[in-house]
Amino acid sequence: MSQPLHRALGLTDDEAKRIDEILSRPANPLELAMYSVMWSEHCSYKSSRIHLKRLPTEAPWVIVGPGENAGVVDVGDGIAAAIRIESHNHPSAIEPYQGAATGVGGILRDIFTMGARPVALMDSLRFGPLDDPRSCWIAEGVVSGVSGYGNAVGVPTVGGEVVFDQTYMGNPLVNVLCLGLLPTERLVLGQASGVGNLAVLLGSSTGRDGIGGVSVLASAGFSEVDDGDKRPSVQVGDPFEEKRLIEACLQLLDENLVVGIQDLGGAGLTCATSETASRGGVGMDVDVSAVPRREPGMEPHEVMTSESQERMLAIVEPEGLERVLAICDRWEVSAAVIGRVTEGGALRIMDGFDGEVLADIPAVSLDDEAPLYERPRKSPQYPPGPSADDLELPVDAGVDLLNLLVDPSWVYSQYDHQLFLNTVVGPGDDATVLRLKHPTTGLDTGRGLALTTDGNHRWCTVDPRQGTALVVAEAVMNLACVGARPLAIVNCLNFGNPENPEVMWQLSEAVDGMSEACEAFGLPVVGGNVSLYNESAGSDIAPTPVIGLLGLVDRLNSRPPGARFFEGNHVALLGPEEVGLGGSLWGATNGAPGGEMPFADTAIHARVAALVRDLVLDDLVEGVHDLSAGGLGVALAEMTARSGVGVHVSRVVDHRALFGEGPSRVVVSVDPERMTEVLHRARGAAVSVTRIGLATGDRLIVKGLVDLSLAEIKSVFTGRLPEVLGSGTTNRQLDGQ
Amino acid sequence: MSGVVGVVVFPGSNCEMDCIESITQLGGEGRLLWHGDEDLCGVDAVIVPGGFAHGDYLRPGAIARFSPVMTEVSRFAADGGPVVGICNGFQVLTEAGLLPGALQKNDGLKFLCQPAILRVESSDSLLTSRAATGDRLSIPINHFEGNYTCDEETLMALRDEDRVILRYIDNPNGSVDNIAGVCNEGRNVVGLMPHPERACNELLGSSDGSVLLGSLLDLVT
Repeated sequence: MSQPLHRALGLTDDEAKRIDEILSRPANPLELAMYSVMWSEHCSYKSSRIHLKRLPTEAPWVIVGPGENAGVVDVGDGIAAAIRIESHNHPSAIEPYQGAATGVGGILRDIFTMGARPVALMDSLRFGPLDDPRSCWIAEGVVSGVSGYGNAVGVPTVGGEVVFDQTYMGNPLVNVLCLGLLPTERLVLGQASGVGNLAVLLGSSTGRDGIGGVSVLASAGFSEVDDGDKRPSVQVGDPFEEKRLIEACLQLLDENLVVGIQDLGGAGLTCATSETASRGGVGMDVDVSAVPRREPGMEPHEVMTSESQERMLAIVEPEGLERVLAICDRWEVSAAVIGRVTEGGALRIMDGFDGEVLADIPAVSLDDEAPLYERPRKSPQYPPGPSADDLELPVDAGVDLLNLLVDPSWVYSQYDHQLFLNTVVGPGDDATVLRLKHPTTGLDTGRGLALTTDGNHRWCTVDPRQGTALVVAEAVMNLACVGARPLAIVNCLNFGNPENPEVMWQLSEAVDGMSEACEAFGLPVVGGNVSLYNESAGSDIAPTPVIGLLGLVDRLNSRPPGARFFEGNHVALLGPEEVGLGGSLWGATNGAPGGEMPFADTAIHARVAALVRDLVLDDLVEGVHDLSAGGLGVALAEMTARSGVGVHVSRVVDHRALFGEGPSRVVVSVDPERMTEVLHRARGAAVSVTRIGLATGDRLIVKGLVDLSLAEIKSVFTGRLPEVLGSGTTNRQLDGQ
Repeated sequence: MSGVVGVVVFPGSNCEMDCIESITQLGGEGRLLWHGDEDLCGVDAVIVPGGFAHGDYLRPGAIARFSPVMTEVSRFAADGGPVVGICNGFQVLTEAGLLPGALQKNDGLKFLCQPAILRVESSDSLLTSRAATGDRLSIPINHFEGNYTCDEETLMALRDEDRVILRYIDNPNGSVDNIAGVCNEGRNVVGLMPHPERACNELLGSSDGSVLLGSLLDLVT
């Protein structure tokens, strides 16, 4: 017995009933297909919208907040920055290369849709453990996909993060952030206006790839058996098409030829036509037969829901059409008039503009009238696992320390991170720093933009509210370490199945934690994305809100010092000494993910961040590193490995002080002659300073706990990923040389 | 009077503005040349920049060599005009037959974006006249297909005629004889995989690239 069509499309019985009420008649199959994609979790945020409203979104420098294709903030000198982050988790689990590649393509279109030239990408990646072959296969495919698409499309990938953990086995997280710049006056919005204007479809022809991707893939979890059937729902990317599309669209915008423009992403043409019409308060007639197709025999519902990549919908005035087509021709981008802006609010799908009406839907009902659910929430009954506070001093803390080291350069050396000559600090440091040049004149402002992405599923598992607040705090400190002050946040909320009340509780708590931290630091959230149903084999992932934080460096005269030591530097710890082992990397690695978590005192945190920012901008420190996963031990080891200079540290009493994690803590490495000034500044800022040691020699020595050689640290640090994932570098010499 | 350096733009090129920026910063003047035009607009030197010309479809440079502008670039080179191919541009010049050899996939079968230390092997070229043989330059690489290869006879000729311009100190991609850059017989066409335009500013990590681009500007000024 077959199920009713609406259920096969992922709509509930209640939702189908509601659709019939909106239309005052039974919906036909094409209309049902259109509602099913637009009312999917992925497009409608129906489970999360009610919570997202609690996030602060306003600040004087915010030009466009959440709800548009990207958030836009004023960064001065007539320049605006467009920023967005989006997940491509499920496609990447099924087909890692194309899943990640099309994630990059999609986020780029969101940015140039706003009139901005994309200038930087970041990737926040989370995979299953390194001893799981399938997770390694996914990791390699995803990194190749980002590399293959991002490099060829000509936008540098300037940073990100990579995490390996059991919780992401079978359900990796691939969150892609894009930053674009535009002259403030060029801002365009994804809306249609002007009755009689034309909707022109630019870019690739439409094929059967990605049919219903948002409802089939992104809005349901993975079972063990049927993943192969979902493969046709993954789209295929073509960076060369996208590159030409970017150049053509930016030229159209430069010449003022479009009144509105919208990318085609999830839910394809249905989404682009209904959203532009709905936002502009108009209707649209769409001639489905005019859509260029990749293959014969495609049904209207396939054309309307296909997620074929590299397509844009531009709303243009009829007088401008000829010029639009000429520009597209120059860039070898195909362009077809497929719609007309109409009065009223009806989205009509037709077989020829004078032909049969195949669907007739109030555009606004696909977009604004999507269902809104307040799903049940319940806090978990049990702690997340054994408490790390009960763990004893390890026999050899040095071995434990080595175990926590991972150098991500295997990942980012595969990304072009230098294109456009902006990258002052690239991937691998606390935060990325880009020169801020005017996007059309190229004029250097002498200032910089800073970017970081952060997430911590361990903290968020122990306490999603406090954990998320700590993630925001860490991002703020990352920016401080490169001399930047924070401006705006975008977020990607990666959670499990929303029908599980504990997952909804995690989501709600995380939103509250983010709100509280953003309020405390005066940060608006200018955009976001929610990815639910991250589960596999019936198990939800650990709650993983990821944030992207954009900041400004007010003076960019020299490169920030970075995480390193110089021989003879004095090493000091800024900020409080209190740490917790609950949710720490060391605890989780040793089978104890639970325990007491540190608490973020936002007032102290803001003071430490301001001090660190000043020390960096005034060139008073030679090395600086935010303490995060793995605590003081990992920070010292990373600084040692990066600089090739050892360090001798005392005053670290036990494993708790070595591996415990807490906010507002930064290691600085200081020229002895500057130490007095640093201490003076810290006193002035009411920040405590602990002098912990001296940078020297070629060993990392923590008195009574750790004694490792630089060579050993370096080999483990840099060797971990290439050893498992394959070397990217060889040093073959020609025989007989 | 300073000359003008033309920078060719194919669909898919992406380093053209970076080249123009660095040339301008070094006191030169750059001008974009569109791949579909059979006209070099009277420029005094030509750079074929990095990127993915025509999407690198088929193989890097294989389609770009048929773009109309390449006929003019070849004629310009035959007349002794200075031509430089950087990264994808080097690939295009080998496909177009203006330089010997070919660039195949890196040994490690991965894209590599990282700093590379180069040794200047000959100062007798339009890119190295400001350098001395033996100088070391830190200039980044950014490629998947940068593994230079050629037949034994060509390699002997390159060595004997002092046409290997730059070598990697620590060969990152498997290039034969550690070759990072070569020139043609007339010494007026140079190809290299590293990106000198990315190393013209200490703020970005290195200014060693200005030695190379500065040498080119000396020639056209």
